[in-house]
Amino acid sequence: MSRQINTTDEQDEIQHMDYIYMVNEDKLIIRMNAELDHHLAEEMRQVIDDVIDKRGVTHIVFDFTKVDFMDSAGIGLIMGRYKKVMDKGDITIIGVRESVKRILLISGLHKIVNIYELKGQEA
Amino acid sequence: MIENNNVELLFEAKSENEAFARVVAAAFVTYLDPTMEELQDIKTAVSEAVTNAIVHGYDNGPGKVRMRLKGIQNQVIIEVHDDGIGMGNVAKAMEPLYTTKPEQERSGMGFSFMEAFMDDLRVASAPGKGTTVLMRKKIGND
Repeated sequence: MSRQINTTDEQDEIQHMDYIYMVNEDKLIIRMNAELDHHLAEEMRQVIDDVIDKRGVTHIVFDFTKVDFMDSAGIGLIMGRYKKVMDKGDITIIGVRESVKRILLISGLHKIVNIYELKGQEA
Repeated sequence: MIENNNVELLFEAKSENEAFARVVAAAFVTYLDPTMEELQDIKTAVSEAVTNAIVHGYDNGPGKVRMRLKGIQNQVIIEVHDDGIGMGNVAKAMEPLYTTKPEQERSGMGFSFMEAFMDDLRVASAPGKGTTVLMRKKIGND
């Protein structure tokens, strides 16, 4: 007996050098392993929107545990996804480091997305 | 007495090079013994300036971006230059949340971040003449 093998579009877990994501019903959990700048944001936008369109997810959790740098392109990425799911769902960011928190606060994103800081972070 | 220092970097306008430019700027200022926060400030400002050059200056097309780093005593001066399309109205471009590329999800916060994280920001640009961003930051207290 072989286990069911999903097609690429329907896979529940995808691992990539810069990110890993999991889909569970209407939730997408995505962890990034790189600096969230314009370069990564462009790729993330395509990946996440593809999942939103094909799987109909409405709750997106960004795991920023390994993200120690983010610039305004990250703001654009989160803002854009917020606009896509705001009617039915929400956006949550977990594992937020001090350096990233500063950017989130300046941009005012903390007013529209749920933010949880990384516990026991140094500095 | 800290000796002055200069570095000049010329690279292709590719998004892969945004991280490279940040790392070079961060490495350059280490001799001034910056705090983690000051390093983050510089990395963010450089990232915004270089991304603008790539996305707006060259409209994601081919071109060269030049970054000059100068260390003068306890200050770092960073110049990011492109030979791209340039801007007719710099003041408008620098307004918070203003962007000419909302479809690319540019947040319109690039110049705001540069202003917030650096001590001084100057932008010189004209249509067809490219753009030069000049930023200055003092590292540490006197």
